[in-house]
Amino acid sequence: MVSHKTKGSHIASAIARVAKVSALAGIFALAIFAAVSAGPASAAEKLKVAAVFETPIEEPWVNQIHVALLKAKAELGIEYVWSESVKSADFGRVMRDYAEGGYGLIVGDAFGAERIARRVAKDYPKVAFVFGSGIGPAEPNFAVFDNWIHEPAYLSGMIAGKMTKKNVVGVVAAMAIPEVSRLSNAFCAGAKEVNDKVKCKFSFIGSFFDPPKAKEAALAQIEAGVDVIYAERFGVVEAAAEKGVLAISNMSDQSSLAPDTVITGPVWDMWPTIKYAVAMVQSGVFTAQDLGGFSYMGKGGSYLAPYHAWDSKLPADVKKMVADRTQEILDGTFRVDVDESTPQSE
Amino acid sequence: MDEILAQVFQIGFFAAMIRIATPLIFATLGELFAERAGVLNLGIEGIMLLSAMLGFSAAYFSGSLWLGVLVAIAAGVLAGLLMAGLTVTLGLSQHVSGIGVTMLCSGLAFFLYRLIFGQPSTPPNIRAFETVALPWLSSIPGLGPVLFDQHALVYAALILVPVAAFVLRRTPWGLALRTVGENPHAADSAGVSVAATRYQALMLSGALMGVAGAFLSMAQFNAFTFGVISGRGWVCIALVVFGQWNPWRSAAGALLFALIDTLQLRLQASGVVNVPYQVFLMMPFVLTIVGMALVSRNARAPAALLMPYRKEER
Repeated sequence: MVSHKTKGSHIASAIARVAKVSALAGIFALAIFAAVSAGPASAAEKLKVAAVFETPIEEPWVNQIHVALLKAKAELGIEYVWSESVKSADFGRVMRDYAEGGYGLIVGDAFGAERIARRVAKDYPKVAFVFGSGIGPAEPNFAVFDNWIHEPAYLSGMIAGKMTKKNVVGVVAAMAIPEVSRLSNAFCAGAKEVNDKVKCKFSFIGSFFDPPKAKEAALAQIEAGVDVIYAERFGVVEAAAEKGVLAISNMSDQSSLAPDTVITGPVWDMWPTIKYAVAMVQSGVFTAQDLGGFSYMGKGGSYLAPYHAWDSKLPADVKKMVADRTQEILDGTFRVDVDESTPQSE
Repeated sequence: MDEILAQVFQIGFFAAMIRIATPLIFATLGELFAERAGVLNLGIEGIMLLSAMLGFSAAYFSGSLWLGVLVAIAAGVLAGLLMAGLTVTLGLSQHVSGIGVTMLCSGLAFFLYRLIFGQPSTPPNIRAFETVALPWLSSIPGLGPVLFDQHALVYAALILVPVAAFVLRRTPWGLALRTVGENPHAADSAGVSVAATRYQALMLSGALMGVAGAFLSMAQFNAFTFGVISGRGWVCIALVVFGQWNPWRSAAGALLFALIDTLQLRLQASGVVNVPYQVFLMMPFVLTIVGMALVSRNARAPAALLMPYRKEER
């Protein structure tokens, strides 16, 4: 019995300690929340825009949205706050917090929380929701966009097809979701158009954010003969630089990572999409639309990154070929096919 | 098929396997020391992440990679101390404390990274560790380039396995540690301080997890990102069980896991086997589970694992 009593008091004191620890943890969590999401609450006339992201801001896809919103804050006179790393379980709550906090436009990536995001949007018909999504818009207020950058991916593929010496090009990508597959397929199609001997290899790492694994996958491809590699994820350029093969970057201009390795790459520019959405909300004519078209090259939503150091190194005929095809795409006379099937190595 | 065989028997294949296994070996041995002392350290995933972040930051600002490794170790030791405070001094549930430490360390890594680096579009990077070819040894045909043209930390991992086995098996401290993990009452009556031994084991455990994290952000890759650990810590928990709490077997488990991971990356690129890529990605995990089921039937966990020790209480 004595030992029983001892145990009881131990448990009681342990609980008291746990309570202390969790109180500390709570304060800590609040501090993080305040640091990440606090924004000035002034200027009643300004449009308040909030973003909810499922991943950290460094995730390449999310980062392009964030960069465009920062630009909108600087140039369009909006207020902008954001929450990053919001897991699916919290997604609805964070969206509601913003919707009830007077935010007129809420942007985000819905992929992991597609149903939750749509359900929340229905409850706030006066708020405009613009979300990255693989499916369609929903009336009255849920508009969608996506990274429709298969056109510059195709152009990059044309360069890769010309620059490969072993006639093997590769793609190291996250996972075979439509957003990723259509870029991979467009890249391969571009390479094959200019070089019918080219073979394409594809590796998926099963994660959006594991550079050591992406690097190992790239090294494996290079051992298999790949000499121009499309770095859909972070980690691949480093492998290419280490082994002296060429790389195509993705999402943003990543030439600075390895100027002698990265030739160019598709860049996604969310500015046209954001600018349009903000203008619609400000003028009170926002409707639920598919804004995906604003990511096409014709609208300036995507383009091929500048060649930088490669401007003098790329053969003139390759540059001309790419310039001509770019013009055809802009003129609407050449259409890059959207192929969202899962690519397989050859 | 010839294409795959040609690739498997390439030097690059085995070199990649050793490289992929290295962080697993460090962290697995770290976990093993903690568990042999009777504490399940589920803080592993977070400790690796925090160490990867702090080690990288130290290297980024000081320009010294080895200082970065030291900082990673220090971070691991501190996290180990916290884990020990919760599970040894307070005697709290090891599961809950471990998950708590992982969440705290992950959150802290995230928070400090934001404080230090803000929101960079492209993660800042460093000049990572380069491989060090050992004189003489690296020119042995076949074996040389695989084993002796690697990162310095790879050599450290390979040396650590026999050292860990020796320390556990043949030193008084190792004996004390094992006794504390099997029968803390006996250890206590023999004059061994159970609390002190568990504190030491958890600090060592954290230090080794710290090196594992540092290897990922400073040798295998040259930048820190939030997905840099991606569940590798949890894999190590399984590898300790797979290895039946034995350093040699656990390291062999890490090598096996790495072997299959290396192989699946090459199978994906080969295009010979046309199955969904998810099957390839699953392979290391599935085979580790199968291996564990087969090998570990006679495995016996340290008897006092998960049990807090309080003097004069039974």
